[in-house]
Amino acid sequence: MSTTRAIEISVGIFVAAGIAALLILAVNVSNVSTFHSGSQYTVKANFDNISGLKERSAVTIAGVTVGRVKLIEVDPVTFEAVVHMNIEGKYNEIPVDSSAGIYTAGLLGEKYVGIEPGGAPDFLKENSEIRLTQSSIVLEKLISQFLFNQSNSDDKKEK
Amino acid sequence: MFDWFAKIGRSSIDFFARFGREMILFIQTVIGFASLIPRPGLIIAQMYSVGVRSMLIILVSGFFVGMVLGLQGYNTLVDFGAEESLGVVVALSLVRELGPVVTALLYAGRAGSALMAEIGLMKATEQLSGLEMMAVNPVNRILAPRLLAGIISMPLLVAMFSAVGVFGGYLVGVDMLGVDSGAYWSQMQAKVDYNDDIVNGVIKSFAFGIVTTWIAVYEGYSCIPTSEGVSRATTRTVVYSALTVLGLDFLLTALMLD
Repeated sequence: MSTTRAIEISVGIFVAAGIAALLILAVNVSNVSTFHSGSQYTVKANFDNISGLKERSAVTIAGVTVGRVKLIEVDPVTFEAVVHMNIEGKYNEIPVDSSAGIYTAGLLGEKYVGIEPGGAPDFLKENSEIRLTQSSIVLEKLISQFLFNQSNSDDKKEK
Repeated sequence: MFDWFAKIGRSSIDFFARFGREMILFIQTVIGFASLIPRPGLIIAQMYSVGVRSMLIILVSGFFVGMVLGLQGYNTLVDFGAEESLGVVVALSLVRELGPVVTALLYAGRAGSALMAEIGLMKATEQLSGLEMMAVNPVNRILAPRLLAGIISMPLLVAMFSAVGVFGGYLVGVDMLGVDSGAYWSQMQAKVDYNDDIVNGVIKSFAFGIVTTWIAVYEGYSCIPTSEGVSRATTRTVVYSALTVLGLDFLLTALMLD
């Protein structure tokens, strides 16, 4: 009888330790709480270029993550990128004239959407659109522009 | 000429017959799970021999694998000034791949071979026939509790392996090599996704639990009941389990990453 009991106790410890390890993985290693956190609403924004923004990228206000990019598609008429973003329900007082921009975390880091709040009395709702947008900076374009300007100014000096 | 075709035909018929017998036995065993409901003691006894007694080797290996990942990851990342991402490297490689695969390989060697030898010797000493004589179904009584115990134990072992590995990586990365402790955890939490990474790791571990335990149980049940047959079946158990786990891992990863 006592050996059966010892076996049962050790199996109980085994199962408890396994479930505890799963919990550690869920809570401590991945951050489960930031994922499904109650109500959220969707807004969209059109960008000329999103280069490198991905689904599930962060949406931030003042550097704090308030939501995630849900879907990115191309508008078939204007050929602009339409970015659908899920924003947490508790941030429901973002003015409608806020602007959205695509920025990079650090020099080589991930792209994210930054929202600069405006001053209008109305707030963004489900399916409303952020009209003021600033596209992501494409490094190649910037460099080519710089080189172009550089050679132009060299030409002027020579003349 | 025709001998040659006959040979191909015979071996393919043999292959499919063997495969069919194995599938029928598998389905019978799964149906046999129902007969375990009134007797949970059988499963507990098997979980003790399969799970609890594998725990030590899993914990120790998980710890060392995590520490090695910490060392190797740090040495590569530090060249790019990205050593803060060490936590991500350690956690993702453990949760997605190394945890399920290494645990399954260790499990096949530690528990699978023991399961197979036990059932094989039961067959060699005609205990299985004895059970049938007493109108006890050996599939329900012997195979079903072992398979179920393996399927339950494997995800628990994998979770322990990964969790201990993450702490091993922390010990080396943060305490030995000086990565910032906050960055280790926060980057890990930002990059490791619950649904994409943790749940997929658990799905993998269930699949490996089914496959490795089933191979062991089947090889034991179908082995030639002589000492040579048992020894060959033990070798086959470990080899087949290892190959199937690695192949299945590639398939599952390809499906999950699509």
